[in-house]
Amino acid sequence: MLTAFAILIDGLVYAAYLFIVAIGLTLIFGVMKILNVAHGSFYTFGAYGAASAVGIYFDRGLPEAGGFLLMALVAMALGLVLGLVLERGIMWLVYGRDEVVMVLVTYAAFLILEDVVILVWGTGSYATYQPLLAAGNIEVGELTLSNYDLGLIMAAALLAVASYGALKYTRYGRLLTAVIFDRETAAAFGINVRVVYTVTFVIGAMLGALGGAIMAPKIAVTLGIGVEVIVLAFAVVAIGGMGSIEGALVGALIVGICRAAAVHLLPQLELFVIYGVMALVLLIRPYGLFVRVQPRKI
Amino acid sequence: MAGQGRIVAGSSLVAAAAAAALVLPGWVISLATIAFANGLVVLGLIVLWRAGLVSFGQALYYCIGAYAVALVGRWTGLTDALVLVLMGGAAAALVAFGVGFLLARYREIFFAMLSLALSMILYGLLVKTESLGSTDGFAVIVPTFFGYAPHQRELLLALYWLVLAVCSLAALLVGAYFRSVGGALAIPLRDNEIRVEFLGMSVSRLIHTKLVISGLLGGMGGALAAMAVGHVDPNMSYWTTSGEFVFITILSGAGSVVPAFIGSLVFESVRSFAFAVLPQLWQMLLGSVLLLTILFLPQGLGSLIARMRWRRNTEAP
Amino acid sequence: MKSPILQVMDLGKRFGSLVAARDITVSVPAQQTVGVIGSNGAGKTTFINMITGHLRPSEGTIQFEGRDITGLPSRTITAMGVSRSFQVAQIFPSLTVFENMCAAAAICRAPKDFLGHIRTPFRSPESVAEAETLLELFQIARYRNRFAVTLPQGVRKLLDIGMAVAGSPRLVLLDEPTSGISIEEKFDLMQVIMLALRNRNITVLFVEHDMEIVERFAERVLAFYDGTVIADGTAAATLGDARVQTLISGPRAKAAAGTVADV
Repeated sequence: MLTAFAILIDGLVYAAYLFIVAIGLTLIFGVMKILNVAHGSFYTFGAYGAASAVGIYFDRGLPEAGGFLLMALVAMALGLVLGLVLERGIMWLVYGRDEVVMVLVTYAAFLILEDVVILVWGTGSYATYQPLLAAGNIEVGELTLSNYDLGLIMAAALLAVASYGALKYTRYGRLLTAVIFDRETAAAFGINVRVVYTVTFVIGAMLGALGGAIMAPKIAVTLGIGVEVIVLAFAVVAIGGMGSIEGALVGALIVGICRAAAVHLLPQLELFVIYGVMALVLLIRPYGLFVRVQPRKI
Repeated sequence: MAGQGRIVAGSSLVAAAAAAALVLPGWVISLATIAFANGLVVLGLIVLWRAGLVSFGQALYYCIGAYAVALVGRWTGLTDALVLVLMGGAAAALVAFGVGFLLARYREIFFAMLSLALSMILYGLLVKTESLGSTDGFAVIVPTFFGYAPHQRELLLALYWLVLAVCSLAALLVGAYFRSVGGALAIPLRDNEIRVEFLGMSVSRLIHTKLVISGLLGGMGGALAAMAVGHVDPNMSYWTTSGEFVFITILSGAGSVVPAFIGSLVFESVRSFAFAVLPQLWQMLLGSVLLLTILFLPQGLGSLIARMRWRRNTEAP
Repeated sequence: MKSPILQVMDLGKRFGSLVAARDITVSVPAQQTVGVIGSNGAGKTTFINMITGHLRPSEGTIQFEGRDITGLPSRTITAMGVSRSFQVAQIFPSLTVFENMCAAAAICRAPKDFLGHIRTPFRSPESVAEAETLLELFQIARYRNRFAVTLPQGVRKLLDIGMAVAGSPRLVLLDEPTSGISIEEKFDLMQVIMLALRNRNITVLFVEHDMEIVERFAERVLAFYDGTVIADGTAAATLGDARVQTLISGPRAKAAAGTVADV
């Protein structure tokens, strides 16, 4: 019973992490049909930015809540800048080309940005545990749960609700949905697809960076975190369906719980669980759980 | 005749490369050996790329070939290099055949992602397997050549010549494949596979075949690399390894056979140089070159070359 | 009496609760030219898709030259001698016209066994010759070096049909061969097509909306309505049929066409 509860909590925490990381990616893909490898870079910059912010802020006796806020703001600022630079600087040059070409361009951007990180922050690793400590723990029965983890789950849930609501109920969200559905028709209706692209990309970047900032206290902020995150985010998006926020949520939950179960019950499978789930899902639903495929007319 | 001329030119090149080894320093020979082994993997990628399928998971076959060699060497004491290469290739081809039933259903982004996922599954499994050395991997036995057990420089030379031989044979066979119906249909497949199906050819069979070929080549490349490096580890299946193969393919152009090896040589040389001089900027260099290649080479460079090649290969002799 | 080249019995197709086609029974003798008319959604394309293996019938049988082809995959049916052209011409855009035809010829000639596609060279003198012949037959030889993507609609259609003929089929189904062609050119296009097909003794079924074309080129006309055949006879008889005129070809029918349910 205890194990089941532990699996649930661990699963939810991991799912929250996956969702936060994947939502930006699926948004960008849904609207622009680009599988953005540089998403890993947004995450990395967010994490490093948060690390720097934490380094500056904490241990100075300032109110802790401010620290959390600073982390988030720094990350989002970095995401904003990065997203703009990337989209306006590089991406627009290859719009309209093959989907795969666009992926390769984002891959190139990712490679470049990886070394930019080294140039700015060096090759060392940063410990950003202070926010984690500051949040403290809670005792639930025999388990000790970290408040930070619980906060993570809430943050993810909030994000899910907010983005879903934004897409459905705000004017801009509906514009986005139109473009996701059919770019040409949306443009024919006068929607400035160009601007939508930029805004979407930047939002996606900010979300990715936010993901990095949120995770920074839980991981060792060092080289290579982006590389790992990319494939995880891809897998979640593939499972849920490209462009589907509900899909990213469900995908993250499935993978999170499965992985937690593996960690507790069959540790050998831990790393492979997410890809196994992805392969399985794609076997049954080739395009993910929440996507409709357009058949080709002859 | 164009065909014969090519064979003469090719043979001279190979002979020159083989002879050159006698005067080149050991590190150059090592570099070339690994480069050509990787070139095999790139060749496999090209076979798929021509048909519009970009695989982000060739590392799967590379790693299978490598681990097959390492395991066979360790468990059975078999050390003959040629036998090991063939076993590595066969193991990977077998996996490609099995995996192909799933993979052949996908195109474009999903194909890329699923192939990536499969290679990451292997990575995950290997990392968690203690008996296989987990992240450290383990060493590969020293290969022998038809009973002969060379050492040091002789070993380097023997491996190099083996790699040259395997690559030349692969180049010839793949070239012939490109002139066959299955190989030449790459472009029509990419253009309009419904039409191909309605003309009477099974598209999934065509693609499945290409997957097996690319698996075979990837496995042989991995096997050779394993013997050249002397060590295998799960990183050989990581997606960044696949990314490198993709990068070389873009650089070489996906249209023909020989550039795969030349591109691989260039890549390996630049990598060694960059690592020695500015390790901090290697990825930035890689990324910039990739970006420039995509942006400034004519749209669809790969397809352009493939077209010219397709015409030439399909011209009646 | 010689057995019919195509024998369709009680053919039907359901998509869930939607009945796209029902109770279709048609017998076509060899080398007849059959026109198929009907408003959008009447079941004509479903009919063709079932015969050519693109759709599996829910009920009924299809026999070609006495052999049962019901539910077989399209590539098998093609190999047996049934070919089709498409409403939207299905060609290889990045190849030239000549290369398109060569590809078609090579594919049709390639043995269909397991490794047939590997051991057979793509370019052989026979397939090149066949490609040349077809280009002449369909009068598009002067476009041979143009990339297919740049072709005008009429030439695309001719290429599409020419490719369908590459494997020496005995039965060809044309799905709206003149769709997208201007009125002035429809006639000439159809003339070239029919001449080419008759030259090869091919039995033709063609779907067409233009009644004048149907009248001029079809010996026999099938009229589809609401998923089934409501008239089957000579061109004159079917086109003169009162129901056909009311539901399909007459002016009031044309005006009402927008209200007919689309599949």
